[in-house]
Amino acid sequence: MPQFKNAVIIGASSGIGAELVKQLAAEGTVVAAVARRVGELEKLRDACGADKVRIYAHDVRQFDTTAPLWDEIVADLGSIDLFVYNAGVMPRIEESEYNFAKDREMMEVNVVGAMAWLNPVAAYMEARRGGTIVGISSVAGERGRRGNPAYHTSKAALTTYLESLRNRLFRYGVQVVTVKPGPVDTPMTTGLKLPLIIKADECARGTIALAKGGTAEGYVPAIWAPIMFVIRSVPSVIFRKTNI
Amino acid sequence: MVAMNPSNLPRRVFDGYGYHCRAVSVFAEPRSADELANWFRYARAEGLTVAMRGAGRSYGDAALNGGGLVLDTRAMDRVLAWDPSTGVADLEPGVTIENLWRTTLKDGYWPPVVPGTMFPTIAGCAAMNVHGKNNFKVGPWGDHILEAELVTPGGERLTLSRQENPEIFHAAIGGFGMLGAFTRLRVRLKKLHSGRLRVRRHHVRSLEEQFAFFEEHTQKADYCVSWVDCIAGGASLGRGEAHSAYYLHEGEDRSPDFLPEHQDLPGTILGVPRGLVAKIVAAFSSNWGMKLLNTAKYTASSILPRSTYEQGHVAFNFLLDYVPNWRDSYRPHGFIQYQPFVPRDAAPEVFADILKLTQARGVPSYLGVLKRHRADDFLLSHAVDGYSFALDFPVTPENRETLWRTLHEVSDMVCSNGGRFYPAKDAVIRPDHFQRAWGQARISEFRALRARLDPQRLLRTELAARFGVDEDQRV
Repeated sequence: MPQFKNAVIIGASSGIGAELVKQLAAEGTVVAAVARRVGELEKLRDACGADKVRIYAHDVRQFDTTAPLWDEIVADLGSIDLFVYNAGVMPRIEESEYNFAKDREMMEVNVVGAMAWLNPVAAYMEARRGGTIVGISSVAGERGRRGNPAYHTSKAALTTYLESLRNRLFRYGVQVVTVKPGPVDTPMTTGLKLPLIIKADECARGTIALAKGGTAEGYVPAIWAPIMFVIRSVPSVIFRKTNI
Repeated sequence: MVAMNPSNLPRRVFDGYGYHCRAVSVFAEPRSADELANWFRYARAEGLTVAMRGAGRSYGDAALNGGGLVLDTRAMDRVLAWDPSTGVADLEPGVTIENLWRTTLKDGYWPPVVPGTMFPTIAGCAAMNVHGKNNFKVGPWGDHILEAELVTPGGERLTLSRQENPEIFHAAIGGFGMLGAFTRLRVRLKKLHSGRLRVRRHHVRSLEEQFAFFEEHTQKADYCVSWVDCIAGGASLGRGEAHSAYYLHEGEDRSPDFLPEHQDLPGTILGVPRGLVAKIVAAFSSNWGMKLLNTAKYTASSILPRSTYEQGHVAFNFLLDYVPNWRDSYRPHGFIQYQPFVPRDAAPEVFADILKLTQARGVPSYLGVLKRHRADDFLLSHAVDGYSFALDFPVTPENRETLWRTLHEVSDMVCSNGGRFYPAKDAVIRPDHFQRAWGQARISEFRALRARLDPQRLLRTELAARFGVDEDQRV
């Protein structure tokens, strides 16, 4: 028996999301894979088997379509015990570039889209007194680095939102897991030189392990815990002079 | 008005006051009868079911509607008119019993019927046709409603009274929200001659003495109620403590004090701050702990002399409100209340059997309350000329199956003896119990009114669905 019977993955077409779908399906979990790119989802379904993976086309920025789709998925699958919000974007911001359109896109995909999903999901999980909600946040949410203000803001917002949700739902037996990966080799990071980069399948494995353990907040890989401890401890007056 | 997919309305996990029943719904909070009617129109267009909800004080699933719309009427809470010369008040549905007495007591008036807590809304009280400790004397809440306005899902706005639409008046009151939404109620209050009641405490050693108490004191008292230790067995079966209370007559209280603030409940109980009591009781929330508490309460009652004292109306009537969030004592799994009504002659035997059966099955009630009732002329009235036994049962994952099985057996017994149940509290009865308790003739009449006032069957609650209100269901 898989630990999770039915799961929903938002942002499932590539990267970490696609790996989560494959690994969960391989364990026997029935997965609702949600993403914009239907072609990618179809490939995933063909690879995993239509009995294990159901696909749903959805753009997380079309907020009005979110709750109706959640209701549809619940009706299709019968019950849901794992929900993963993995959708995220990180458009490049050049030195000296100030671009509201990009900032807005990051906030809408990484944060507002998450809220649109998490409201009906949390209500559902609270009422059934159980289940696991996973949000893929990032180490990037722990400091406001100079490279991409909105990305850091969006991940900090997601981490805090998930923390509040965890504190709300704890008493109802619902686990809320915040996963903070370091750099992962996915389409989002293509072309960037990043330290300690891991493959998406490794990140998905770490995420599933944290979800199964009901860990409140966890780094993937774990080495980021001490690194981020140090980075969080750097005083602002010094931090601004660095290129971290 | 909204023109959106109903899935996008805000959601809430609603629960019954006993915590055990819950469901996710989208919800709206209309502020007027027009807004409420608009929501019915919207629900009709979207094919969405609707449940009315007031303060959410029903213990079971009476104000829940999983996957549908819940209309919370608490924002409609204005006292539209209050005339101290006649004692008649016009009220919006979300006015609570507390709002009501705080409005009228200064003029020497008190709601003629109140449940054990002052927090329910008056429309919730009307939909459930609640009763108080004086049901044997003054009937249910509905007996004191002069006129009501009902907005129906079909789009009508009806005035109901004993003269106008009397058949709907007698079915919507006590119709657990299945015929429409009350948007205005006109009620008559009771004139008082004192802010206090004269209360007598009676030590009761057995179930036999319980019934003897009611038979004797309901002849003259205005209120009668008795607590039952539901854990004691053998010769002590049914032991407890009873109270009778009397209104003071004109002239008995030389300087009547009608100040609402003088009615407020004391801050401590036996020296313990009220806010902490639920937490302390929670520590006793097991069969053994409750045996200890019940025995302690009974022993205290037997040591204290039989006494007569004066007590404010609030302190006497709203025992439950003494302990804020008392339902937290039953966390995390919650509890259910179950209140069967049994005709007078059969009650002693049926109630003895309930006590014995629940004890034998290891699911004793942690709190039992006996009351005397009279029949009334509402279509789905829960009251009979007889007695009711209100019982609290904790629900745990371990006891749930046994508890339900036991209460279904008890319900069979209640039905066989011509009894009924209290929808304001129920969480367990099945369609067969609903059919047997109220009978095919009444149910058919109710269904005919449903077909007329709510042809699309928009109104739905978990309770109504569980009862099989709209169709006969096989069990």
